[in-house]
Amino acid sequence: MLSQENLQQFERLQKFYPTKKALTLPVLWMIQEQEGWISVEAMMYVSSLLEIPVGDVYGVVTFYTMYNQQQRGKYHLQICTNISCQLRGADKLVEHACKTLNVQTEENTKDGRFTISKVECLGSCGTAPMMQMNNDFVENLSVEQLDILLNELK
Amino acid sequence: MQLDFTEKLILPNISNLHQLSVYEENGGYQAIRKAFTMQPDAVTNEVKQSNLRGRGGACFPTGLKWTFMPKSTTADKQTEKPKYLCCNADESEPGTFKDRQIIEFNPHLLIEGILCAAYAMGIKSTYIYIRGEYYKWYKILQNAVEEAYAKNYIGEKIFGTEFSTDIVVHRGAGAYICGEESALMNSVEGKRGYPRVKPPFPAAFGLWGCPTTINNVETLCNVPHIINRGWEWFSKIGSPKHPGTILLGVSGHVNKPGVYEFPTGILLSDLIYEVCGGIPGNKKIKAVIPGGSSTMWIRGEEIDGVRMDAESLKTVGTSIGTGGVIVMDEDTDVIKVLSRIAHFYHHESCGQCTPCREGTGWMEKILHNFESSEATLEDIDLLLDVANNIEGNTICALGDAAAWPVQSVIKKFRGEFERRVRKSPKVSSSIKPPHLVFAHATP
Ligand SMILES: Cc1cc2nc3c(=O)[nH]c(=O)nc-3n(C[C@H](O)[C@H](O)[C@H](O)COP(=O)(O)O)c2cc1C
Ligand code: SF4
Ligand code: FES
Repeated sequence: MLSQENLQQFERLQKFYPTKKALTLPVLWMIQEQEGWISVEAMMYVSSLLEIPVGDVYGVVTFYTMYNQQQRGKYHLQICTNISCQLRGADKLVEHACKTLNVQTEENTKDGRFTISKVECLGSCGTAPMMQMNNDFVENLSVEQLDILLNELK
Repeated sequence: MQLDFTEKLILPNISNLHQLSVYEENGGYQAIRKAFTMQPDAVTNEVKQSNLRGRGGACFPTGLKWTFMPKSTTADKQTEKPKYLCCNADESEPGTFKDRQIIEFNPHLLIEGILCAAYAMGIKSTYIYIRGEYYKWYKILQNAVEEAYAKNYIGEKIFGTEFSTDIVVHRGAGAYICGEESALMNSVEGKRGYPRVKPPFPAAFGLWGCPTTINNVETLCNVPHIINRGWEWFSKIGSPKHPGTILLGVSGHVNKPGVYEFPTGILLSDLIYEVCGGIPGNKKIKAVIPGGSSTMWIRGEEIDGVRMDAESLKTVGTSIGTGGVIVMDEDTDVIKVLSRIAHFYHHESCGQCTPCREGTGWMEKILHNFESSEATLEDIDLLLDVANNIEGNTICALGDAAAWPVQSVIKKFRGEFERRVRKSPKVSSSIKPPHLVFAHATP
């Protein structure tokens, strides 16, 4: 399942960890970057690659919120709603995004382009409100900017 | 006055400092060279005498922590267990965004700090545990580490000495609890981030059962300066019992939010009004959270004379935590904010301890009832009771972190709770013991 490049990376990483099991998080990241999410087949693959029970892999995947257990929209908008963002209007952003795209949080839009999530503090409180869009942080976000962004990506 | 201190140790105003060459042009990697001319114990001793205290939240003396690690002797080189360092870059405490700034602008300072610590404690490998959401910063850090490996500043026999050490950047995957040191270690080992019961402490039984030290990013960044200029110089900056400069991340209702570096002991009022340009619309301050979501709140009227250091904040019943200052103006609905905090701790509880798992959910529910004016007067004491029963009864400090804000907001803003109750249409307690509910359930 891992691409050639990722397999090489896996080999390289092994020398930095005394156990194979320690590579659970790094390998899951590689798979998620390749596939976009972690399927049951992927968990079975990781289990055999690292020689650990599949239950352990499942336990890890379900514990950490960033491992997707289902496919997400092409653009995953994760809006921070924690205190500093809340104080600067994050709730309004979530509401506006949901209304504009006609979806609930955690639900993919019909065209599969967007998913909106409410998330916990992303460590960007000084530039609140903000969201994470796939790997990027979009800071100092306003309803107007959100509209521009959604229009560009549609 | 404190504001006159202009030298920035951690975040100096130098462009492209993240590049190794620029870092070296500005005196970088001199501290580790100097450390190699000293005995490892002397390096630890320098840090110990400087009085540097951890910047990750608990304020523990860094040098003292290092002395807990077993010492290497030449005789047991063969049988000795490897030793590890974890650099905590998880930074998930709401209101905290300072380590991210260091990683972006001065990653080599962190690497040099890690090298000094590794040499002092005889560390074989360091894992920098960075939160999964910080993808961009993971790349920056990874780049800096690779640059340093390429120059043999990390790896085998570094700087031509007999000393070899590795640095690995390890990505988390979205779990606040992984900032807790024992949960962090489980996560590096490839497990769920469950905190471990202590003792045994990490210095005795850490990563893979080997001696391990855990330090915050900012803590380690102070070390090269201490080595370069000596403990005496460092111990004279800022507050005597909590010396050095400190990164303060200010957010919420201020005109200029951001990360600022000042000597410890800067007046909180100076920070808010002088440095951050005051409150939008010239409003009054209702409340301040001084050190991230888990620290106790203070009322706006209380901030006069309070300084940003461990001792001064203690006098108003709170702590410096991570230095993440959150400011709320007079129009803030404190119950709504507290309810959001309660939701956070409930969401992030790992679920191992009953008081934390159940209590955080219960607090969230009661606070929701206050928000929607469905709570009763008894619910104020019930809420306090739940918080008091979590505090001190759990494996890790997340339980306390969930209880403290609740306790302090009830203490400081009881009137707000009472006002909500008066609007409430109900009169009796809204949360009944289960047997009473069942007794009336039969048709
Ligand atoms: C629930 C919880 C979350 C924590 N999160 C962090 C964190 O994100 N970063 C951090 O440096 N320390 C965090 N800590 C504190 C660490 O457990 C540990 O005390 C710290 O990293 C030690 O470093 P220091 O001595 O350099 O401060 C957390 C503690 C708890 C209980
Ligand atoms: S206090 Fe909460 S987070 Fe900490 S170990 Fe117990 S259940 Fe887990
Ligand atoms: S509260 Fe939103 S990034 Fe911290």
